[in-house]
Amino acid sequence: MLKLGVPSKGRLMQDTFGWFGARGIALSRTGSDREYAGRVEGADLTLVLLSASEIPRELASGRIDLGVTGSDLVREKLAGWRSDVREVVQMGFGHADLVLAVPACWRDCENLDDFAAITRQFRGDHGFRLRIATKYHRLVRAFLSEHEVADYQLVDSQGATEGTVANLTAEAIADITSSGETLRANHLKILPDALIHASQATLFASQKADQAEVDRFARRYLGGIDA
Amino acid sequence: MVSKSAKQVIGQRLLSAFRDAGAVEVAPDILLDAATLLDLYGEDIRARAYVTTDPVRGEVVLRPDFTVPVVRAHMENGAEPARYCYLGEVFRKQDHGDTRPEQPRDNEYLQAGFEVFARDPAADAEVFALFHRLLTPYGLTAMMGDMDILLDAVAALPVSDARRAALLHHIWRPIRFSRLLARFSAPATLRPLSESTAPWTGLRTGSEMESRIATLNAEPDEPPLPAEWTDRLTRLFAVDAPAPQALAQLRELAREIPAIVEAVDRLALRIDQLAALGVDPAQVRFAASHGRETMEYYDGMTFTFTADQAGWPPVASGGRYDALTAQLGAGRAIPAVGGIIRPGLLAELEAAC
Repeated sequence: MLKLGVPSKGRLMQDTFGWFGARGIALSRTGSDREYAGRVEGADLTLVLLSASEIPRELASGRIDLGVTGSDLVREKLAGWRSDVREVVQMGFGHADLVLAVPACWRDCENLDDFAAITRQFRGDHGFRLRIATKYHRLVRAFLSEHEVADYQLVDSQGATEGTVANLTAEAIADITSSGETLRANHLKILPDALIHASQATLFASQKADQAEVDRFARRYLGGIDA
Repeated sequence: MVSKSAKQVIGQRLLSAFRDAGAVEVAPDILLDAATLLDLYGEDIRARAYVTTDPVRGEVVLRPDFTVPVVRAHMENGAEPARYCYLGEVFRKQDHGDTRPEQPRDNEYLQAGFEVFARDPAADAEVFALFHRLLTPYGLTAMMGDMDILLDAVAALPVSDARRAALLHHIWRPIRFSRLLARFSAPATLRPLSESTAPWTGLRTGSEMESRIATLNAEPDEPPLPAEWTDRLTRLFAVDAPAPQALAQLRELAREIPAIVEAVDRLALRIDQLAALGVDPAQVRFAASHGRETMEYYDGMTFTFTADQAGWPPVASGGRYDALTAQLGAGRAIPAVGGIIRPGLLAELEAAC
């Protein structure tokens, strides 16, 4: 029996339940709100509820066969993610963009070329590399390396990343946004040509799972979607 | 699978050859202070370095490279001329992108290195010829480049100082460099920057921004770089041939780019010195852009020796890094040239025979 891991709370869990419900599979939490066990009706699946950020590693290790999580988290947390998991289907919700944002007052920064020039100028003026606060180290680094932006450094920020610029612990940030509202409230603006990753909730299958069984499941319940 | 001890044996053999060449053995620490190294190398190396914290020293890294600790040790208590050699592990994370290869690269491996700190212009040839002699039995491809020639060519472009500085800074980043070159070759129009009502935030100051805006506003006054310069640079960067032919091509190009004459003369001298040291110049491939793909701290000769094995990094690499010693020496600079060989790869080549 395939084991499915689903985010354990919030909007992402509700939308996931709704998505599977529309395909005839009723997922629900059992017991109290604090208990991370689930029930499945309509398909031969075992359900476990996990933190969305733990799902990539659980898939990679093969402790779950299928998992729902953001495509950003899989790419960030699994080095060589295609060796560990495969995308079964993009689920069409949980959209969020990983973007690069700079102070809105920087009139001279309208694109990534400007940003590259400013990092160089900043390093000359301040004697250290311009700091970008993020928790998406690998994705941001790969993006900037591909676009040959050089004079920056990443500083780790696991929360309240938008506040780091005002707190003078970073000059720019790279973070997930859906509406851009928090960025605007913190007087930051998105660089339009620096979309690092367009993330959405995605059903992944572990490469360690029985692939024939995953395919059978996909054909039967997901309208013949074969990854 | 070649054992670590077999790799050590080869490393020791190289080390003793380096000692015979007059080098003093040094043994830099494995745990190095992170700040200097990371500021120097940037995020690309930070991504590959094992960074950890010490309760007293703060951020430290497992040695990703020997050059910086050897330069620092020399700056603190060395006298010129000096020749150093070393053998030890370096540590680098291997992050391969979306799919992991069947045979992942090692994340700890031996380097045997030789570095010369001397004002002797023949040091480049000395280092290259030594590496060449030690590596000849392995049938490797020897490649050489020279950042001096490229930097002199770019420095002589008829553009403003601001544009020149930007081009020189980005010479190691081909996409950014060509975008800049294309922009500077077209007539510039005034960029209509929109006003901002957002309150000021962050460490970058308003006057820093105004100074950049002033540079941008001055752009339309700059005459575009004539098209022949992009053409000349493109031809220069594309030179890639056995050293004697490459030299002839560079001499031709020097008629159009007079600023490279001296650097090309130095290359010619180096090629003669190599021949005198027993290296056949026709067996060395000279690629003008070779150094653009190496570590950014090389600013003169660069070289690699590569094996004909898919997916292998160079078996040996090195070059001249005068600017690095200036940066680390707080005003004091010393010409420096050197390189490393990976004994582990030699061991694998021997095992395959």
